[in-house]
Amino acid sequence: METKNLSHHISRQFNEELEDVRNKVLAMGGLVEEQIENATAALVSGDVEQAEAVISRDYQVNALEVAVDEESIQILARRQPTAGDLRLIVAIIKTITDLERMGDQAEKVARMAIHLSDMERPKNQYGELEHLSDRVRKMLRGALDAFARMDAEAAADVAHQDLKVDSEYDAIMRQMITFMMEDPRNIKRTLDIMWSARALERIGAHARNICEYVIYLVKGKDVRHISLEEMSKKAR
Amino acid sequence: MTATTTRSTPTHAFDIGHMTKGRVIPRVEDETPCIEVKDLNLFYGEKQALHSINMVIPKQRVTAYIGPSGCGKSTLLRCINRMNDLVDGVRIEGEILLDEQDIYAKSVNVADLRRRVGMVFQKPNPFPKTIFENVAYGLRLQGVKDRRTLDEVVENALKSAALWDEVKDRMHDSAFGLSGGQQQRLVIARAIAIEPEVLLLDEPASALDPISTLKIEELIYELKDKYTIVIVTHNMQQAARVSDYTAFMYMGDLIEFGDTNTLFTNPHKKQTEDYITGRYG
Repeated sequence: METKNLSHHISRQFNEELEDVRNKVLAMGGLVEEQIENATAALVSGDVEQAEAVISRDYQVNALEVAVDEESIQILARRQPTAGDLRLIVAIIKTITDLERMGDQAEKVARMAIHLSDMERPKNQYGELEHLSDRVRKMLRGALDAFARMDAEAAADVAHQDLKVDSEYDAIMRQMITFMMEDPRNIKRTLDIMWSARALERIGAHARNICEYVIYLVKGKDVRHISLEEMSKKAR
Repeated sequence: MTATTTRSTPTHAFDIGHMTKGRVIPRVEDETPCIEVKDLNLFYGEKQALHSINMVIPKQRVTAYIGPSGCGKSTLLRCINRMNDLVDGVRIEGEILLDEQDIYAKSVNVADLRRRVGMVFQKPNPFPKTIFENVAYGLRLQGVKDRRTLDEVVENALKSAALWDEVKDRMHDSAFGLSGGQQQRLVIARAIAIEPEVLLLDEPASALDPISTLKIEELIYELKDKYTIVIVTHNMQQAARVSDYTAFMYMGDLIEFGDTNTLFTNPHKKQTEDYITGRYG
């Protein structure tokens, strides 16, 4: 399955339908990326207004999920896609589920930003969360790029970054536990930070899922629940 | 009495182990071969219509041929019961083995071969006779006269063809009074009344409405327990629904042959992908 092949159907209308649903997925991905970015920025700067904007915008992500789902079902019913087209639709239906969850996690980060805004700020201005957020956003960007270009190897590379996300998340956990032991008065704030870190870590895992769907789409191979090494082999 | 306690593995309330086994991909190589096509070349005069076809058609499975018009799928199907013998200027090289015997060998009695390999065409072609006589026709040709035997065979054939309930009260009416879908099932009943080994179906449902089509497809599914079925169809969704194995042909070449699930989700050849997804190459 290659991108240049996407628009070679005898039925031009089918081309347009596939192109349209694919563009909506990419738009949804872009929106989620923005939500994560804004939620993190709100948390770092303590900007309640920005955080509220993220929360109130989550409905757009949800609406896109519903719209793409509907279009995909219509394509399944009316076109009975096969081979690469079928895998594209299946990959899309799965991808938007993960994107919608990512949107929810971004909203969660925004809520934590509001909680944390009236508490004392740490010296590093939540630098560790900002860093983790950058990482998972890069993963999401990479996964969407791989989807847009139908590049299985790139998808496998992005999936590998999930390891770094996990180890960063673990480091934050250890650090927070230390804070809480040092002074129990820190617990309230620390828990909110932990929730935020958890939300970001989940976003990384969802991005990895999308990478797996991309490999399925391009290579027709199911790479879920196997080691990253095996995944890379299958993506080649 | 000493009771020996054997420790058995604990059973779980919800044992889903059997559901989690991955899909076993059927392979032609693991099947019992019914028909083997070896290096088959076919020429209509100067024009070569089939280019060294090699394939094994497995026993008691449904094998579908798909491909654009003129790709040779019907020609190949007709080779299996030597229907092409009737066409002028046809030259055939290579061999087709049915149960390991070359059907193009000189010793082969063609009438006998066609008894073993039945065929159904796109347009239902009942004889201008009663429903009963249509199904009994093959047996009468074989010299069966016993009324009880005939009744029994006709009833069984019509039941196998899922037509019995619809026609049992009008067995002696003309077959032309049946609907297209019923006529096609009648023709299938006629073909299976003489218990062939192989059934060749050339676009059996393309002249039928969707409901009759589904009935024919259901029938194909039922019949594969007893017969090896080879079907040519223009309707790819139909091939995907009814067949175990699918062969894609293009310009007289066999491009890809494999299990139907794989062929329709992840074909190996780009030509196959382009055809089944409706792309121009």
